[in-house]
Amino acid sequence: MKQIPAPLWTLTIGVAVTLLSLWYGQNHGLMPEQASEQAVLIDELFDSMVVMGTALFLVMEGAILYCMIQFRQRKGDETDGPAIEGNLPLEAFWTAIPTILVIGLGLYSFQVFQEIGGITPGHVAHDHGTMIAQADDTPLPGGLSESGKGPLIAENSVFGLGAPLENEDTAADLQVNVTGMQYAWIFTYPEGNIIDGELHVPIGADVQLNISAKDVIHSFWVPQFRLKQDAIPGKKTALRFIANKEGNYPVVCAELCGGYHGSMRTQVIVHSPEDYQAWHDKRVAQTPAVETIAKAPADLSAEEYLSPYSQEMGVNRDLIANLSLK
Amino acid sequence: MTQAELPTSAEVMAIPTTPPPHHPEKWKWYDYFTFNIDHKVIGIQYLVTSFIFYLIGGLMALAMRAELATPASDFLSPDLYNAFLTNHGTIMIFLWIVPASIGGFGNFLVPLMIGARDMAFPKLNALAFWVTVPAGMLIMGSFFFGGAQSGWTSYPPLSVVTANTAQSMWILAIVLAGTSSILGSLNFIVTIWKMRVPSMAWDQMPLFCWAMMATSILALVSTPVLAAGLTLLLFDINFGTSFFDPAKGGDVVMYQHLFWFYSHPAVYLMILPIFGIMSEVIPVHSRKPIFGYKAIAYSSLAICLVGLFVWVHHMFTSGTPPWMRIFFTISTLIVAVPTGVKIFSWVATMWGGKIRYNSAMLFAVGLLAMFVFGGLSGVTLGTAAFDLHVHDTYYVVGHFHYVLFGGSVFGLYAGLYHWYPKMTGRMLNEPLGKVHFILTFIGTNLTFLPMHQLGLQGMPRRVAMYDPQFQALNQLCTFGSIVLGISLLPFLANAIWSWSRGPQAADNPWDAKTLEWTTASPPIIENWEVLPVLTEGPYAYGEEPAEASANT
Repeated sequence: MKQIPAPLWTLTIGVAVTLLSLWYGQNHGLMPEQASEQAVLIDELFDSMVVMGTALFLVMEGAILYCMIQFRQRKGDETDGPAIEGNLPLEAFWTAIPTILVIGLGLYSFQVFQEIGGITPGHVAHDHGTMIAQADDTPLPGGLSESGKGPLIAENSVFGLGAPLENEDTAADLQVNVTGMQYAWIFTYPEGNIIDGELHVPIGADVQLNISAKDVIHSFWVPQFRLKQDAIPGKKTALRFIANKEGNYPVVCAELCGGYHGSMRTQVIVHSPEDYQAWHDKRVAQTPAVETIAKAPADLSAEEYLSPYSQEMGVNRDLIANLSLK
Repeated sequence: MTQAELPTSAEVMAIPTTPPPHHPEKWKWYDYFTFNIDHKVIGIQYLVTSFIFYLIGGLMALAMRAELATPASDFLSPDLYNAFLTNHGTIMIFLWIVPASIGGFGNFLVPLMIGARDMAFPKLNALAFWVTVPAGMLIMGSFFFGGAQSGWTSYPPLSVVTANTAQSMWILAIVLAGTSSILGSLNFIVTIWKMRVPSMAWDQMPLFCWAMMATSILALVSTPVLAAGLTLLLFDINFGTSFFDPAKGGDVVMYQHLFWFYSHPAVYLMILPIFGIMSEVIPVHSRKPIFGYKAIAYSSLAICLVGLFVWVHHMFTSGTPPWMRIFFTISTLIVAVPTGVKIFSWVATMWGGKIRYNSAMLFAVGLLAMFVFGGLSGVTLGTAAFDLHVHDTYYVVGHFHYVLFGGSVFGLYAGLYHWYPKMTGRMLNEPLGKVHFILTFIGTNLTFLPMHQLGLQGMPRRVAMYDPQFQALNQLCTFGSIVLGISLLPFLANAIWSWSRGPQAADNPWDAKTLEWTTASPPIIENWEVLPVLTEGPYAYGEEPAEASANT
């Protein structure tokens, strides 16, 4: 009986692996729902890595399994295998292919990183007064070196995500200051003096979060937005996103910040524009403007700062009591 | 220095030398508790000590998994949970994988593999082991003060404001372990450079020694930076300095750079020696020469070099400017190339061989299977854009346990099964070894595979309490960890029982070609009566002994 020629097997396996990988890349179901425009881009990157990864995984594990079965020692056979010590073309091949793959992946990931605003963070002023006095009209290479001028020295550098290159100078529709503290997130809306324990944003708006930390490092993460940025004492960081799906999503602290790190969770509420306006107007009406002007938040202890708002913010009173005991 | 220069004169080495009269014929059990300068004794001291710490670190992991069986914090206090997660990581890295692979296997095997009677600096070698003992005692002692609770990364300001005494003890322990690592590395570089038998050219050296060379260079370059960073942290905690205090002009991100400049290469410190073990175990039990000797040897050096320039991928969400995030994305992805070369070469070594499925080979193949997965998930983490989502989540925990448990620990087991006969003169029980492998393989995948999904779905790492939606997957992980705990029992029974009661091992039970198999099992005190002369390459399988050396 004649054997099926090896190239035919290789072709069949290649087609099967490709189809399976492409299918799995679209149907892995590993990610939570997408709620921001940035999430769409990052998921496309992830899906393509899943396709590549699945194909490589199947080929490698298949080869290992095939070796284990086909090349096992047969009973009574104490001889050695063939004395093959290498094969230069083959070795060159399996060095070159991964090199091309990772460079391609690197370029693609750079493209996604640019589109989510990764290479132009902080072009919009952070605080009133301390503007970033840098020319913003420099093209990409200049933009890179400008930010690289010495982030460890420059006091005004902002790290994180800004707007993508093509509209890097556009101001965000909404700016919210985010403060991380053990073990809560405080959201301050500069327009209207709103302070809240939950983040409210309108759908479709270009939102910029100016992130800071009061005590230790925290990390602001919304899994449904696929975005994360550390809140670092003494550093300014920022995230910029456009929410594209109404709903409530968790805000999670991702950097170990102490014993109750795991309970440092709140939520972001993506409203329709009308609902957001209603919420905004209601909160502006509620806010006792005098109180916030009377004392700068920085001069208050965490407990003093929080207690007037604890009810509206949905922050647990016990947690604040715990904080003051420490 | 004299010991290092000794073997350069070949004539001296050719003369049969009897051990100096003050040496006993054979080491007694109590010699293993002394400042002994024999590299084999030191190797076993490292292996046994680090295995005890592996058990301690494993118990901490089991306690954490028990806590995580439910979303609420109900089994451990949150502070104790953080102390466990900090010290589990610290112990597994600094007191288990690094000392076992570099100190244990490196010390026992390198002189035997290159035909030397001992390491270049035997007393320094003993010192390097004995400073790890106070390091371990400091870690254990820190629990009387609450234990360090700021993660093995110990980022300030958290590390400055939490459990100061325990944190200081933790820093001293790491600095001691780092000192040990520097002393050991220096010793390995000189030993491999100067003390090979004269007949052994560089390209006839077993690949484990190449891996140890790369590892030692990496440790020597990077460890001092960690020591510097931790010393500054110690000053901030105890002496009122403000290197990392932003309120007084310090910079918290600076610490992260100093920490990761060492601690990313530390990942390669933990895997390069394991790659070396793989390159020894696979050809022996596949009965084929290693495929692509030079590619494997040089890829170790390539990993060592590129590995020094990837540290910022741990800081993609920290205070790092865009150019860093991009540069370190590319450099990180490039590490996949030399790593891939090794994996392909091992599969090609097995291809066409006559694979003997003993416990050592099973663990080596298990490593291969899991490292492929861990490597692929590592590539995804290397891209800054995707890392924004998964950084500091269970996806990362799953990834690094695949490469450190599925990789390093499986490699250590493969090495233990492979060289146990040489170390003890006894064979291990094979059926028990296979039970151990099957339980470990199942347990590893059950414990660490679901973690990837947990992270993608939104569970951060280092938490004692979590969103109830993640409970089912967490219980699967906890169940897997119980299987892993149980998997140790057959190994412990096997290793302890076989040490005194196992069947006597022949000098070369696996019919291997490297030099350590040319001496007795266990080796005599100065390794050989007459130093061996190389007649064939280290992987000259499948050839008639009369034929020329494998690497010409």
